[in-house]
Amino acid sequence: MQTKPGSPLLKLQNLQISYGGIQAVKGIDLELWAGELVCLIGANGAGKTTTLNAIAGVQPIAGGDILYAGDTINVLPAHKRLRRGVALVPEGRGIFTRLTVEENLRMGAYSRNDKAGIEADLERVYTMLPRIKERLPQVAGTLSGGEQQMVAIGRALLSRPKLLLLDEPSMGLAPLVVEKIFEVVQSVAKEGVTILLVEQNANLALEFAQRGYVMESGRITLTGSGDELLANPKVREAYLGEMV
Amino acid sequence: METLIQQLINGLVIGSVYALIALGYTMVYGILGLINFAHGDVLMVGALTALQTMLFLMGVAPGLSPIYMLTIALMVAIPVCMTLGFLMERLAYRRLRNAPRLAPLITAIGMSFLLQTVAMIIWGRNYHTFPQLISTTPLEPIAGVFITPVQVVIIIASAAIMIGLSLLVTRSKIGRAMRATAENHRVASLMGVDTNAVIAFTFVVGAALAAIAGVMFASNYGIAHYGMGFMPGLKAFTAAVLGGIGNLGGAMLGGIVLGLVESFGAGYIEHLSFGFLNSSYQDIFAFIILGLVLIFKPTGLLGERVSDRA
Repeated sequence: MQTKPGSPLLKLQNLQISYGGIQAVKGIDLELWAGELVCLIGANGAGKTTTLNAIAGVQPIAGGDILYAGDTINVLPAHKRLRRGVALVPEGRGIFTRLTVEENLRMGAYSRNDKAGIEADLERVYTMLPRIKERLPQVAGTLSGGEQQMVAIGRALLSRPKLLLLDEPSMGLAPLVVEKIFEVVQSVAKEGVTILLVEQNANLALEFAQRGYVMESGRITLTGSGDELLANPKVREAYLGEMV
Repeated sequence: METLIQQLINGLVIGSVYALIALGYTMVYGILGLINFAHGDVLMVGALTALQTMLFLMGVAPGLSPIYMLTIALMVAIPVCMTLGFLMERLAYRRLRNAPRLAPLITAIGMSFLLQTVAMIIWGRNYHTFPQLISTTPLEPIAGVFITPVQVVIIIASAAIMIGLSLLVTRSKIGRAMRATAENHRVASLMGVDTNAVIAFTFVVGAALAAIAGVMFASNYGIAHYGMGFMPGLKAFTAAVLGGIGNLGGAMLGGIVLGLVESFGAGYIEHLSFGFLNSSYQDIFAFIILGLVLIFKPTGLLGERVSDRA
C-alpha cells in the first residue's frame, strides 16, 4: 500500500539537542517514509519527547539536520511547520482547558481558510470520535483524560497533517480507553497519514507500528520492524518487563 | 436623590474611560503576564496627538465642523498609538519574554518615563487647553440631573467599543487565537498560530483603546498634558486588579465600579471625614480599593475562573 518515492518524508541526520549544557539527544539518525507508522520507544528521559518537540519546532536543536519533504527545516518556526503538514499532539495533550471542545477543534484548523473543507473534516472527526460530538459546547478542561486525548488527536487532524507526531497518547489512561485511542490512530494511518509515535507502552506500540526505533539516553540503540523488535530479547527484557 | 443620580452618571462616565484603559492592561497581562506600566502614557500620546491634529485643522480649515474635526483627530491619534504599542512590544518587551519577571516590569516603568519625557520635549511642560468639540454645556436637566453631550458620547461609545471587543475575543478567529495563546503559547504555535503576531496584535488593540480613552479623558476635562496619563493609568490598573487581572469582563466591571466609588466618594468625602477632607482628595479611593483587593481578594471580583480571558 505504501509507495516509496525517492526520499523519505522525514529524515533526522545526526540530530543533537541540549538543555542548558546537558545533551539530551546525542546525534540520532531516523527516517520516516510517506505512509508509514513508526514508533520510537524507550525509557523515561531517553530523549523521545525532546526529539518530537524538535521535529515540530518547539525545541531548538544544537546540531545536525531535520529534513522534511526534502527541505532542511532546522530553524523554521513551529507555526510554519504546521502549515507544511507537521502536526504534534504534545505530551500531556496540550488541550486549551478554557476553550470549548469545539473551539479546541477549530484551533486545529487555524491555518486553513477553506470553510467547506473544515466543516467536512469536523464531521469526519465527529464520526471517528462520536463521544466528542456530544461535548462540543463544553469547556475542554472539564473532559476526562481520554476525551481530552481524543480532542487533541482530532484537533491535530483538522490541520490535515502529512506527518502526525504523537507523544504518549496512552499516558495515564485506562486500558479500554487506550485501546480505543489506538484504534483511532490506526484508522488515521490507514488514511495515509504518516505517523511517528512515541510510547512507553512498547508492547502496544510495536504491535501497531511497521517499524520501530529504540532510544536509550539520547541515542538510538536498536531499529527494526515491529515484529523483529517484539521478538528481540533485549527489548523484551528492557521494555516489556520480561525476565529472559 | 438628585445628587445621588448625578454622582451615578459622573461615575459611569469616568468609569467607562477607566474600563477602556483597564482592558489594555488586562489583555496584555492575560497573554504575557506583563503589567505594561507605560499603557497610561499611550493614552497621553493619543490625547496630545489628537490635540495637535485639531490645532492643525483649525489653522488650515477653520470652518470644518467639530464632528469631522474630532473624527479626523481620532483617525490620526489611533494609528499613532497603535504604532507606538507595536513598537513597544517589538523593541522592548519581546526580547524580555523569557527574562525574570522583574526585568520586563522595570522596562515598562522605564518606557513610561521615556514616553513622558519625549512628550515633554515635543509638547512642553504646560497644560494645554483641549478643544471641547462636543459640547460640555449640560443638556436640559432631566429630573434635576445634569448630563453633558460629551458625557453621553463617552458612555455610548465606550459601551459600543466594549461590546465590539467582547465579540472580537469570543467570536472571531483571531480572538480564539488570542485566548489560545494566553493559555499556552507553545501549543498555540503547534496549531499554526504565529504567537508573536498575536501578541503584537494584542498590544495594538490595547493601544487603540488607550488612544480613544485619551481623547475622551481630555475632552471631558478640557485639558491635556505630558503627565496626564499617569493617574488614569494607575487607576485603570487598579480597576483591572479589582476585576481580576487577565479577565476582560473583570476589567470592564472593575473600571465602572472604580468610577462609581470615586464619584460617590468625591461627593460624600466631606461628610465622611467630618469636613476634614474635600473632593480634591477623591484619588484616595482608588488606592484604598487597590490595597483592600490585594489584601483580601488578590484574584479580584471575577478571579481566574472565567473562560473569556485573553
